[in-house]
Amino acid sequence: MAVIQDVHGHGHDHPTGIMRWLTTTNHKDIGTLYLCFSLFMLFVGGFLAMGIRAELFMPGIQILEPEVFNSFTTLHGLIMVFGAVMPAWVGFANWQVPLMIGAPDMAFARLNNWSFWLLPVAALLLITSFFVPGGAAAGGWTFYPPLSTQGGMGTDMMLFAIHILGMSSIMGSINIITTILNMRAPGMTLMKMPMFVWTWLITAYLLVLVMPVLAGAVTMVLTDRNFGTSFFNAAGGGDPVMFQHIFWFFGHPEVYIMILPAFGVVSEIIPTFSRKPLFGYSSMVYATASIALLSCFVWAHHMFTAGMPVAGQLFFMYATMLIAVPTGVKVFNWTATMWRGSMTFEVPMLFSIGFIFLFVIGGFSGVVCAIVPVDIQVQDTYYVIAHFHYVLVSGALFALFAGAYYWLPKWTGHMYDESLGKWHFWLSMIFFNVAFFVQHFLGLAGMPRRIPDYALQFADFNMISSIGAFGFGLTQLLFVYIVIKCVRGGEKAVDKTWEGATTLEWTHLPSPAPYHSFETPPVVK
Amino acid sequence: MSGSKLMAALSGFTIFGLYSGMVMSSKYNFPEPQTPIAQQIYDQHMMALWICLVIFIGVFGVMGYSIIKHRKSVGYKAANFHHSTTVEFIWTIIPILILVGISWPATKTVIEMKDTSEADVTIKATGYQWMWGYDYIQGEGEGISFYSQLSTPQDQIRNESTKGQDYLLEVNNRVVVPTGKKIRILMTANDVIHAWWVPALGVKQDAIPGYIRDAWFKVEKPGVYRGQCAELCGKEHGFMPIVVEVMEQEKYTQWVAEMQKSASVGVVNTAFVEQSSDKN
Repeated sequence: MAVIQDVHGHGHDHPTGIMRWLTTTNHKDIGTLYLCFSLFMLFVGGFLAMGIRAELFMPGIQILEPEVFNSFTTLHGLIMVFGAVMPAWVGFANWQVPLMIGAPDMAFARLNNWSFWLLPVAALLLITSFFVPGGAAAGGWTFYPPLSTQGGMGTDMMLFAIHILGMSSIMGSINIITTILNMRAPGMTLMKMPMFVWTWLITAYLLVLVMPVLAGAVTMVLTDRNFGTSFFNAAGGGDPVMFQHIFWFFGHPEVYIMILPAFGVVSEIIPTFSRKPLFGYSSMVYATASIALLSCFVWAHHMFTAGMPVAGQLFFMYATMLIAVPTGVKVFNWTATMWRGSMTFEVPMLFSIGFIFLFVIGGFSGVVCAIVPVDIQVQDTYYVIAHFHYVLVSGALFALFAGAYYWLPKWTGHMYDESLGKWHFWLSMIFFNVAFFVQHFLGLAGMPRRIPDYALQFADFNMISSIGAFGFGLTQLLFVYIVIKCVRGGEKAVDKTWEGATTLEWTHLPSPAPYHSFETPPVVK
Repeated sequence: MSGSKLMAALSGFTIFGLYSGMVMSSKYNFPEPQTPIAQQIYDQHMMALWICLVIFIGVFGVMGYSIIKHRKSVGYKAANFHHSTTVEFIWTIIPILILVGISWPATKTVIEMKDTSEADVTIKATGYQWMWGYDYIQGEGEGISFYSQLSTPQDQIRNESTKGQDYLLEVNNRVVVPTGKKIRILMTANDVIHAWWVPALGVKQDAIPGYIRDAWFKVEKPGVYRGQCAELCGKEHGFMPIVVEVMEQEKYTQWVAEMQKSASVGVVNTAFVEQSSDKN
């Protein structure tokens, strides 16, 4: 494939300071921008979580009025999903996809820049919506109408922000698909690609498929709110349940969008630290594709109490349970990769093993939720909150940490502080479980979600959960310290930092990787 | 490092095993089921938990063993195998069979939950921001109508006085039904989506404006069963509970007579409900 021409003839020179970051078209710079943005947003979303857990520390209303509490829960969800996890994965894609396929950059370098810079605009809309009359949106991150038709300007700001975030994701995904399909080094067939690249290829297709659907739902709520339409207003002939169908047709693939790249990262790290090839590479590819395909057919499991007919409940129950099969295949393949390997347990491996352990627990509670009769009891309770925090925090977030520790030496040329990293891991593990395991019990015992105050029988576990949450939040400050410390200096990283690594960025590039890499593609055997 | 990993693995297993063993206490599990459907739900959840426990021990037993034995620091040398169609087939088929096993009883319960025919008493529950309205529309008690609002005093919520035992789960007018009769509840809403949920009865159904949906239950034992709204409906979503009081048949008949005598209990016509201007 042709190397991208250096038209402006400044191969040894690039802008510095603010202009560098504003105008960069370099995938490494843009990856860094996404990662820094997402880390910042993690703390904004985390601040909101601390507010929620502080109010829920004891029964009674203490620090947040109910409507403010509702906006905290709403923005916590939106910011974590759209501001932290998704941009973080795009940041990883930007940094790693070109390096791992032997390409000099992304296919559409300028589009890449625009995809990123849309994000701070959206983030500003979301954050400042707290300060407009009426406050921020308070209908949940799922903003069901007719509730979301009520509410002031903060809701419209949220809806615009979602449009902007969606545009960014769609553009980014087109970029990723085009890059992967067209710019692989000679000899790198699809079935020779690293798993991280595969998972991003599949994720990008899912994004392109479902983001426009979300945009449709958002637009209809905007017009119902501002232009007198009745898409979701029964009195005007519309249908509130239709929103749920449209939203969740996006919403379910969305959660797989957040987890598939995590599977990819773990599929890189486990073989490296086991010094053994990934077990069942083709099965892993097919399993990922199956999960993505199936995820398009299960959306109504978020609607089991909405009143759908028996046939609907049964279909969606069976389809949802089916996703456990390819997911299980992945877990077994990771275990078989570790089996009879020669393992070491540096921080990336710790987070990856922690991921598998806790994600599986989240998967179990997911299968429990899939059972319709049981879901009738646990829908809209803390059981569901426990489930999705297990798969998203100790799932996606732990995998993000794993990938960050894994690739920081390649990005910066320095080793991160291994001992501090281990503290970060163990403290996160312990506090996460203290915060969220007890929420399973709260849900089973009957505590609904999205309430600022609760009956007395829920008090003990809420207090425990809040303590865990505060500890977990504080622990993440340690991660920021570790990252900054690593960027600024530290033990010089060897080019192939990890003994068992086999992918192109480790075998063919120095650490740190040069600003422009693979200007001549490597030949892959 | 292996010592602390072992500790972590052991404590993980212990916690899981301990928690699984504590299942009968209502703090850790569903409340005691009071209806046949609630009982089926309880049992299916227990079955799912046991299956999860077995798989958990299996998978993490293997992984834990591997973490201890197959490590570079004890000199273990990596093998090189990386595929096996047989093994992949086995660990695809077995989960499928397990899932079929789980969905078999679940399917029966789903069908049974939907059958609301031949009810003895039918009550319409209407969700409002932020209270419930009940209309007895068929069966003994027909014509009774009232609103049911949270009766916990504000000063308890604001931490100015001690919270009562049924804090946030008490109402001024309870839904009263007789024992041993099939009760059908119709759900709808006046403004936004709410949900009518009583855990002990195993009933949860969204109350959607413009829709009427139903559910049913049958309770043998007299008692008071409490639930909450289960769909975010605005600022007082956490403050519109449901209380169902199940009475012996004779007591119920008495209650009906009293209610029908006193005509002062609330208007049901939704056109007269005052809408609060600030819905946030």
